[in-house]
Amino acid sequence: MVERAGERVFEGISAADGLAVGPLVVQRAANLCPRVAGSVKDEREAFDAALAKAGQEIAALVSGADELAAEILEFQAALLEDEDLVATVVGNLDDGRSAHEAWAETIDAEVTEYRAGGDEYFKARAEDLLDLKARVLKQLHGWGAGPASLLAQGGILMAEDLTPSRFLELDWSKLRGAAILGGSPTSHVAILARARGIPLIVGLDAELDNGIDGATAVLDANAGRLVIAPSCGTLAELEAMRATFEADKRAADALVGRPAVLANGDAVKILVNVDDPAILDGILPDHCDGIGLTRTEFLFRDGRLPGEDTQFEAYRRLTACMRGRPVTIRTLDAGGDKPIAGVTPLGETNPFLGVRGLRLSLRAPELFRVQLRALARVAALGPLKVMVPMVTVPQEIERVRRILEEVIADLAADGVEHARPALGMMVEVPAAAMTADRFDVDFFSIGSNDLVQYLTACARDNPAVAPLADPRNPAVLELIRRVAAVGRAKGVEVSLCGDMASDPALVPHLLDCGLRSFSVAPALIGRVKLAVHRYRGVAE
Amino acid sequence: MTKATQEATPVFALVTGKAVVRDPTGLHARPAVKLTKLAKGFDATIEIQAQQDDKWINAKSPNAVMKLKVAFGETISIRANGAAAGPAVAALVALIERDFDG
Repeated sequence: MVERAGERVFEGISAADGLAVGPLVVQRAANLCPRVAGSVKDEREAFDAALAKAGQEIAALVSGADELAAEILEFQAALLEDEDLVATVVGNLDDGRSAHEAWAETIDAEVTEYRAGGDEYFKARAEDLLDLKARVLKQLHGWGAGPASLLAQGGILMAEDLTPSRFLELDWSKLRGAAILGGSPTSHVAILARARGIPLIVGLDAELDNGIDGATAVLDANAGRLVIAPSCGTLAELEAMRATFEADKRAADALVGRPAVLANGDAVKILVNVDDPAILDGILPDHCDGIGLTRTEFLFRDGRLPGEDTQFEAYRRLTACMRGRPVTIRTLDAGGDKPIAGVTPLGETNPFLGVRGLRLSLRAPELFRVQLRALARVAALGPLKVMVPMVTVPQEIERVRRILEEVIADLAADGVEHARPALGMMVEVPAAAMTADRFDVDFFSIGSNDLVQYLTACARDNPAVAPLADPRNPAVLELIRRVAAVGRAKGVEVSLCGDMASDPALVPHLLDCGLRSFSVAPALIGRVKLAVHRYRGVAE
Repeated sequence: MTKATQEATPVFALVTGKAVVRDPTGLHARPAVKLTKLAKGFDATIEIQAQQDDKWINAKSPNAVMKLKVAFGETISIRANGAAAGPAVAALVALIERDFDG
């Protein structure tokens, strides 16, 4: 926390953009009344009643919920009626446990299982279980003196944590935003908040002190900052930022479905990055010029080695979604910060500089062939571009091309429908960036995250060096400029698919470098198009 | 790919079936809820098993179905016994093959 002219400034992580000002409404952990257990029969009745009441509350929330909210709530409702779970709790009640302990312990054991294994999807589902645990406990204990009256007045919610169903219960026409101490930007609450345009900060580094209730606060969710008792200057800054933010948001929303065009009339391609095909449910193909990067690691989660048909079907779906727009699929980029059990080598002292990306594919060509075979089959169905990661020297591309030709010859011999996909490379190793003219490829795509990491010698996973890992470093921009120039000279398309392309503040610098194709996070299509639209020749 | 076979004995019939999960994100929460809701409508004990697992779990428990972590392209085995075992397996196979109705 920083104190400045009486202000108290708390830092957190932005989970949903936006700005708000208002009185703080502080919700402290559960505020549950103590509860004394009764007889076995009493506890069974109390448990059944609590489940029934919780079910009614969730059913009431489902009506009027949108698709994502309904999915979350319906899963929770189904869990309340899960005969196995209920039987476990009832078994404990019969052994003389109290209803609140039996319920909490059963759910906690499940949460531990969901969180084991590192799968993000299951970690997010653990939130649903905890949400449900809190809802049923609330029924068993009854609420203590809560901030209900304050909630009705509106303001900025500050809480230990916020569950998805609690989020949906709150009246966001009165509450203007929230800052929570727990949570993560990938949690369900964060997704719900973004979808509704509610400013949200998670992981706030603060404590819920007595005495902050009702204090005026500024919630700057864009910067991930909460200011309690703001100075006049801070309030004035906020008002100015809010006017700009809201105007930008409207302008970005208006541009999202239109082509990105520079003031001089040049077209700029806006492609999307796909980490997981589920992301495509939320975007219209008309809003982009195709897929600029598909991270195929999603197929290899939990040590799975998907077969050719499985991969074919996954890639085919992407081409079908894009309706004739080009689809770029990156071959497996395992290793570095993305280990895959049984595939990536163990015991490397520096995996970011080890056997990762294409280096791994060339050492395990069987896996690589299966992927190329599936890709060549999908190439017969629509424009498909195959992109290989972590290329260092031209000989590696020549080896890839030979393997691809062999795979194509095999498909022809087997009489399987196929086509020769475009073959391109990620430019992320500085040596490849400096010698791009020596590579014989159909396209380049600059992987700015790794390029910045390798060029500034700053590990991506080490926050201590984060300030040095600046994508605006002139060395980074100079290399991007050179790759763009090589592309123009050779008549080969150059795109950029790292985080830089999704940052509206960096887009002008990339345009300065001569780039005219960006692959961005789907949620940022409008903001990036707005940055292109406003560009007037030189970045500020 | 799809098959529901009924063994000859009419009195104590174990019915089995198999189906491939076609949703790219696998058997996640929404399909798991649909599958268990459907299963609950049948007067039968119904169990399912994931391809990479030897454990059979209750097809009427959404929590157990989720924890199978069935991925895209994997085959689910189904077995049931009871009055409605035949229709139950046929209905579950059909639901999975229809990709849980989108």
